[in-house]
Amino acid sequence: MAFKQYILVCGGTGCESSNSGNLFKNLIREAEEAGVREDVQIVKTGCFGFCERGPIAKVLPDEAFYVDVKPEDAQEIISEHVVKGRAVERLLYKESESKEHARIDEISFYQKQFRVVLRNCGFINPESIDEYIARDGYAALGKVLSEMKPEDVIEELKAAGLRGRGGAGFPTWMKWNFTRQVESDVRYIVCNADEGDPGAYMDRSVLEGDPHTVLEAMTIAGYTIGAAQGYIYIRAEYPLAIERLKLAIAQAKEYGLLGEKILGSDFSFDIEIRLGAGAFVCGEETALLASIEGERGMPKPRPPFPSVKGLWGKPTVINNVETWANIPVIISRGSEWFARIGTETSKGTKVFALTGKINNSGLIEVPMGTSLRDIVYNIGGGIANGKKFKAVQTGGPSGGVITSDFLDTPIDYEHLQELGSIMGSGGMIVMDEDDCIVDVAKYYLGFTVDESCGKCAPCRVGGRKLYNILDRISRGQGSMEDIERIQTIGFSMQRASLCGLGQTAPNPVLSSYKYFQDEYLAHINEKRCPAGSCKELVTYHILPDKCIGCTLCARRCPVNAITGERKQTHVIDQDSCIKCGECYEVCKFSAVVRA
Amino acid sequence: MKMVKCNINGIPMEVPENTSIYKAALQAQVKIPTLCYHPDLPAWAACGICVAKIEGSKKMVRACATNVEENMSIITHDSELQQVRRTVIELILSTHPNDCLRCSRNGTCELQRLAAEFGIREMPFEMNVEPIPQDDSTPSIVLNPEKCVKCGRCVNVCQNVQNVYALEFLGRGDKVRMAPAGDVLLDESPCIKCGQCSAHCPVGAIFERDDTRTVWNALRDPETHCVVQVAPAVRVAIGEAFGLPPGTLTTGKIFAALRRLGFSAVFDTNFGADLTIMEEGSEFVHRFVKGKGEIPLITTCCPSWVDYLEKFYPEMIPHFSTAKSPQMMLAAMTKTYYAKQEKLDPCKIFHVSVMPCTSKKYEISRAQDMFSSGCQDIDVSITTRELARMIKSTGIDFVSLPDEEADTALGLYTGAATIFGATGGVMEAALRTATYLVTGRELAKVEFNQVRGLDGVKEATIDLDGTEVRIAVAHSISNVSRVLDKVKEAKAAGKEPPYHFIEVMACRGGCVAGGGQPYGGDDEVRKLRIAGLYQDDKDHTLRCSHHNPAVKKLYDEFLGEPLSETSHKYLHTHYTARPLYTK
Repeated sequence: MAFKQYILVCGGTGCESSNSGNLFKNLIREAEEAGVREDVQIVKTGCFGFCERGPIAKVLPDEAFYVDVKPEDAQEIISEHVVKGRAVERLLYKESESKEHARIDEISFYQKQFRVVLRNCGFINPESIDEYIARDGYAALGKVLSEMKPEDVIEELKAAGLRGRGGAGFPTWMKWNFTRQVESDVRYIVCNADEGDPGAYMDRSVLEGDPHTVLEAMTIAGYTIGAAQGYIYIRAEYPLAIERLKLAIAQAKEYGLLGEKILGSDFSFDIEIRLGAGAFVCGEETALLASIEGERGMPKPRPPFPSVKGLWGKPTVINNVETWANIPVIISRGSEWFARIGTETSKGTKVFALTGKINNSGLIEVPMGTSLRDIVYNIGGGIANGKKFKAVQTGGPSGGVITSDFLDTPIDYEHLQELGSIMGSGGMIVMDEDDCIVDVAKYYLGFTVDESCGKCAPCRVGGRKLYNILDRISRGQGSMEDIERIQTIGFSMQRASLCGLGQTAPNPVLSSYKYFQDEYLAHINEKRCPAGSCKELVTYHILPDKCIGCTLCARRCPVNAITGERKQTHVIDQDSCIKCGECYEVCKFSAVVRA
Repeated sequence: MKMVKCNINGIPMEVPENTSIYKAALQAQVKIPTLCYHPDLPAWAACGICVAKIEGSKKMVRACATNVEENMSIITHDSELQQVRRTVIELILSTHPNDCLRCSRNGTCELQRLAAEFGIREMPFEMNVEPIPQDDSTPSIVLNPEKCVKCGRCVNVCQNVQNVYALEFLGRGDKVRMAPAGDVLLDESPCIKCGQCSAHCPVGAIFERDDTRTVWNALRDPETHCVVQVAPAVRVAIGEAFGLPPGTLTTGKIFAALRRLGFSAVFDTNFGADLTIMEEGSEFVHRFVKGKGEIPLITTCCPSWVDYLEKFYPEMIPHFSTAKSPQMMLAAMTKTYYAKQEKLDPCKIFHVSVMPCTSKKYEISRAQDMFSSGCQDIDVSITTRELARMIKSTGIDFVSLPDEEADTALGLYTGAATIFGATGGVMEAALRTATYLVTGRELAKVEFNQVRGLDGVKEATIDLDGTEVRIAVAHSISNVSRVLDKVKEAKAAGKEPPYHFIEVMACRGGCVAGGGQPYGGDDEVRKLRIAGLYQDDKDHTLRCSHHNPAVKKLYDEFLGEPLSETSHKYLHTHYTARPLYTK
């Protein structure tokens, strides 16, 4: 049976939460009712990445790219596009009002992207192992088991130059090789799927959109280092990813791609899922292992590294989801192909979750070395609402800010570190002129203070102090001594904290102070928030020459702080004003100003 | 042993493989400051004070948890390291109540010492002390989590060394706190009151319940006849509180000090120990030779061990010796035999015991049997630390005191009794007398070296003129399962028991390192204290409990014979299965 058309509906978390599930159901129902169910295959895929405009649906072979599709649009898509062969114009993505609608490869959001990790996301039904296999899935495993010795796999990874995508960028081949060489009766493979950076959902999307790639990669690693058991540590807040992983494991076992004597070889490997309770620190590998073992998720000193003494004291390879997703492609397409992507020291691509004040927020994958400018302006479509770019935060709560002066920096491990930030797992948050840098740093500190396990004093106490200082500054109560304290505490946290969480927790404040010193000083010395975002430092006023007395602001003020007769100038009572900014937002005559 | 070459602060040296930087630095005459590291425990790496640098690396490492590697160049102090350490100490101080003057650890606090050594004069950070109520639910140990510095020692010792898992960290981030697991009160938890948490706590977050005021009040009351007894382990440790080296035997000075504090009669727990051997030794013979009762017999001198067994191995209760501990035996004799002799109303006698142990505070009211004289046999049990404080507060110059003897009624002891304070000591003392009881023969050589030393489990087979006695000695509770599980397995398989006689002491090294002993105990200190006790034994002419003339007299005049009806009334107890959690 051959289908004439395919409708791919995004089943990623973003689109699911804007009701793509019902869209999918409706499409099937409508197709049945229209009697075309035999002609059109309707597939729920993983994330397309263009989350800003979800739910997304794509119709093949026409390459029609529908955005902001609602469940009730299903009827029209079926009756018009499938039955009559006419694309539904109003749902097609247009680059701008003036432009024609675009095919996917013409969309600038996609043009500068290069999909290795996300190769299957948005193309296959993640719940079907057959679709994965149809796109070369498990070919790498077959190749490894039939043609390659463990050392060949290591050599291939070495030649590919793959580095860990979890943050620090440690060469993957080295990690595998260390683990392989430690004398032991048992070894383990662990997939770190405890993604926790605010705003980051790279790993989640891979697991939801292409779960088999992780299973295949872990099995290859098991063969390479001599492990028979793997664990996927995933947070329980990712129910869809868990469900799809479970299904994928069951399918792989059924197909003989997991379990006893894989593909008829002597190699056996099994994978189990372990659920985390969502503690950010459990993304740190020693805490993660402790959590799998049923202990409190607290980091331990390294060395010994997990390669030597990992899960239950046995040599263990831990890689994060994105690293795993690279492995099968490297094996099937070869290290030479892979090493051509990226820069001298950072090979391949990197997936980012692009969020914040950007036009096209979503999940993107770019070759290493792509400039931040390309990401923000070409892929991201620039800053939303015509505002001015201020900075980008990479590396989440462990990273730092990158300012407009450095927009042309090629993104790789080394360059980001030079700028005082890190690659991290791939969170990328864009800020505009309305974002206060003190507030941003305070937000990240608040996150790490909440997520600190509390084991070591520098992080436990230092983080809280930094937060309190930033809080004081944002309320106009900071002092120059506080700046000194930030430096002292920050330095000690970086040096004396036990794990990466504490060592990097001061980065957002230290790096933002470095680049936006004036803004910090304005809060301290002038009691002023230049971005107009720190509530306690902002006042709202009504300009008498602009106010026409429409009464809208007075009606919308939640605390009745605005008085004035109809057609008379209104006045804000500063004592009762709670600085919610509602008047500022609603005034149609720009009569309300923030100072 | 493979050696590793390194240099510390430019000083070249060789250390055994897998030596931590902290330990290696000791060889370079540097004791790196730390708040969380304790030689008894695996490095937990929490405080962040012991940072050091390795040449060629920008990072700082934790000296306690990083092993020296070949050709490593280590820097243990420079201005940057000192700056970081100072900041970390200041950060910790900013969350620690500033009430040193009223703290149980004033003068012995490790944080206070660090603050003094770093010359902290002002507090650069605002204070954030989380108020948490004190937990004084047990008669032994007080938890004051407000003062906790989260070093993890108590949790580690409770879980990994003692296998009790009463204490745990709850919460996360700066809300993390040390508390009984499940957030119950300590008395509702599986806590066995061993007090190792209090002995390892660097600050005043866990300490013994202070009962000295009750003692002072009794001493002041003219109507009350105050009697005191002193446990063996106290005499080789209390000197440390007065600047003497660990292991210094100060029995005579203790007796002198106690009289000067105002006690009317000064007795020795060692007399009780000799009595215990008579009863327990006879019980062993009764079970082993006559086949009446469960074998192996397990010793019960240690109340923490008793509590542990009642909670974790209740099915083994029939194996427990019913003999009371030396302190309780001596107490029962004080308020019966001695009271009768001296024509005193037992309830007007106030009996204080000085113990190396926090659990003894619990033992004195553990069961109805502890009221065998008709009133509470021991009124107050204080620890070595409390007695040291009492003496200090009077200004008595302990070190210069003349040696005095205990009162003879219940004060005379043999060498067998004094080694009760060391792991293996009860077993050795019992074997000395059991040999006589089984064979009727006196030993030419009384030492049983197989049961001495700090190995966690010591096993031996003793030949009693052709009769084989298999014994095992375990100390620190985590070693117990190795012994008891074997017994349980054999029993389940219907096989002969692997041992006939088992000694268990809850604390590593035995009572010499009990939870109530002076601070700073580690294996080096344990060895010295133990050596002090064996020396005391060696210095005695009488070295077997059955040779103690005062004990013989007691049997002649009062008890009759071991295991007699009178003995059972005053010197034996019973055990009850207890739930791990009472809430």
